[in-house]
Amino acid sequence: MLRLENVKIVQDDFHLSADWAVPEGARLAVIGPSGAGKSTLLMTLAGFIDPVAGRMTWNDKDLGPIPPGKRPLSILFQDQNLFPHLTLSQNLGLGISPRLTLSAEEWDKVHAVLGRVGLDGMGARAPAQLSGGQLGRAALARALLRNRPLLLLDEPFAALGPALKAEMLDLVLETTAETGTTVLMVTHDPNDARRFADLTVLVAEGVAHAPRPTAELFANPPPALAAYLGQ
Amino acid sequence: MAKRLGPIGPALIGFAVVALTLGSAMMTAVQKPDWAFGPADVLALRFTLLQASLSAVISCALAVPLARALARRHFLGRTLLIRLMAAPFLLPVVVAILGLLAVFGRAGPVNQIITAIGVQPMSIFGLHGVVLAHVFLNLPLATRMLLQGWQSIPAERFRLAVTLDMPPSAQFRHLEIPMLRSHLPGALSIVFLLCLTSFAVALTLGGGPGASTLELAIYQALRFEFDLGHAAALALVQFALCFVVALVALRFDENPKFGAGLGREPAIPAPGGLRKILDGLMIFCAAAFLLTPLAAVILRGLPGLGSLPPGLAEALVRSVLIAVASALLAISAALSLAMTVARGTRWLEPVAMLPLAASGLVMGTGLFLAIHPILPPERLALLVTLLVNATMALPFLFRLLLPEARALLADYGRLSDSLGLSGAARLRLVTIPRLARPLGFGAGLAAALSMGDLGVIALFAGERSVTLPLLVQRLMGAYRMEAAAGAALVLVAASFALFWLFDRWGTRHAAA
Repeated sequence: MLRLENVKIVQDDFHLSADWAVPEGARLAVIGPSGAGKSTLLMTLAGFIDPVAGRMTWNDKDLGPIPPGKRPLSILFQDQNLFPHLTLSQNLGLGISPRLTLSAEEWDKVHAVLGRVGLDGMGARAPAQLSGGQLGRAALARALLRNRPLLLLDEPFAALGPALKAEMLDLVLETTAETGTTVLMVTHDPNDARRFADLTVLVAEGVAHAPRPTAELFANPPPALAAYLGQ
Repeated sequence: MAKRLGPIGPALIGFAVVALTLGSAMMTAVQKPDWAFGPADVLALRFTLLQASLSAVISCALAVPLARALARRHFLGRTLLIRLMAAPFLLPVVVAILGLLAVFGRAGPVNQIITAIGVQPMSIFGLHGVVLAHVFLNLPLATRMLLQGWQSIPAERFRLAVTLDMPPSAQFRHLEIPMLRSHLPGALSIVFLLCLTSFAVALTLGGGPGASTLELAIYQALRFEFDLGHAAALALVQFALCFVVALVALRFDENPKFGAGLGREPAIPAPGGLRKILDGLMIFCAAAFLLTPLAAVILRGLPGLGSLPPGLAEALVRSVLIAVASALLAISAALSLAMTVARGTRWLEPVAMLPLAASGLVMGTGLFLAIHPILPPERLALLVTLLVNATMALPFLFRLLLPEARALLADYGRLSDSLGLSGAARLRLVTIPRLARPLGFGAGLAAALSMGDLGVIALFAGERSVTLPLLVQRLMGAYRMEAAAGAALVLVAASFALFWLFDRWGTRHAAA
């Protein structure tokens, strides 16, 4: 279970508070107006921003003192998810060993995962030779190799067209369902939330509200969400 | 406290830099400096300030029309010319002086023309020569800094000026003067500072009571009179002077990048007519002034290659080893400091710039005073030269790397952290491949500067630690000009080769 206990984030005149929990294996959408702090919430979980108060735990273990790379999570950013000077295989290999010292079996695993996300035989390519959708697949493949119980998606597919984005979300659903991974996904598109998430967190007016079942939330939106949706 | 100081490694580098610069000045202060300055010292101070002011003003006064001409004219070979004109900055100072002597010396072509029309020949020694050499060495730097200023004016601004039908004079007033107001003070103060601390020029072209600089006076006090108290007092005056000027220079410093962004095509309106002719003339004269001495070095040096002096091979090997070691040391220290400052440890930024305030001779004097009670200083001559050269190059390399380090952190910092990349693995897999280009360029710059350095080594050198620039200077001093020219050609070839090799490593390993 991921638990946020009275977490308070302050950056200059921006502030955000959160006090709730998500069960393991849940798929959570994080929705709200831009600038409300959706990404900030994910960056805090990932360890790039220290909250000024409260604590975050994963299965009762405090995340606070753990450096970003050692936290039980993987994160996909909006862009710059791959190093442009490394090949696809090398980028994926970093998910197994940050020193990039992999055994032959581990390289086999890298190639197998490439096939799993539909990039079979593209391991030797540079990221610049890939399309936007393929870049997303590669980043997801590395998250699979890292095999952490939490996956944070900070709109990594925002630049893709609707059909491609839907395809990527399906791929995330499929692969994380196999491993029982808990997924938190930032989105500004209610359709993404409906399609993907059983729970949704509304971030608005300085508060990340406790998650509610997605369908129920959209059927009966609180004023802040209604305003955001333009209803 | 520990958090404020940042990570331990870079903090230790910072302390070493402080020890080498401030510490060496302190060392001279505790040596009971002898404050009894004679008239010669006052003259030296006056001459130092006079030559540095003249050199800075003339370099910048020439750099303004030159940079403008280069900024607004398209012509075949423009990029190549800009590159070639930067060569004097990398040229060993003794070699530059040999080239200038060949062109402007008593028997040189310039004086032949002057005497042919019946005018008294001019002398390259004394104030004339020192200023001439400093303008030759610093005009390229000043031009580069101002050229970047011109390129920093948004093209849209010029487009607007053209649509409003502004004449060139109005463009100058509304667009170019504001830019110069922010860029010129930086260029002036940097050139002034470099001329304050330049030693080899005064050593070879100055001298005598009327044309001695503080640096030269320190050298004479230490090396010939062995008057440690006097040397210490002079070193302190020089340090205080440089410190104040460096503070001024840093205030005006708009992040000068040595060597970045010069390939861009000019987007500046290029008026025709007389202005076009004047621009062309300016570029031609500057190119002739900067390139003829280079050509003279090659022409004079080629016959000298047949009569290379004994000891040249040893001196060459010594110089190359020092240059490579000090380049690697300087670039590693600069990278470490730049990455740490980019991550937010602010106190290391002024520390990395501190060597700008220290001259090689002041540092050398401090180290000499520290070492000589324990060991004969010439035993450590090469080690001291290596350390001082690396320290002197540090501010330039740091400035080169800092914006790159900031960009690297902004683009890939979080990704690297989220994957647990740290320490040596991060250096090998991310930092070096991403920064290969500026790392190679910076190391090349440091190697060339060290290769040509004739400063601290002159203080320390015994018979068994002569470097190549020192050998050239000694040959010149003994009027063995042909041998000096040959050795100088070897020196300049080695300097440019080292620069080229490091720079090429950078471009070859530069990541996509």
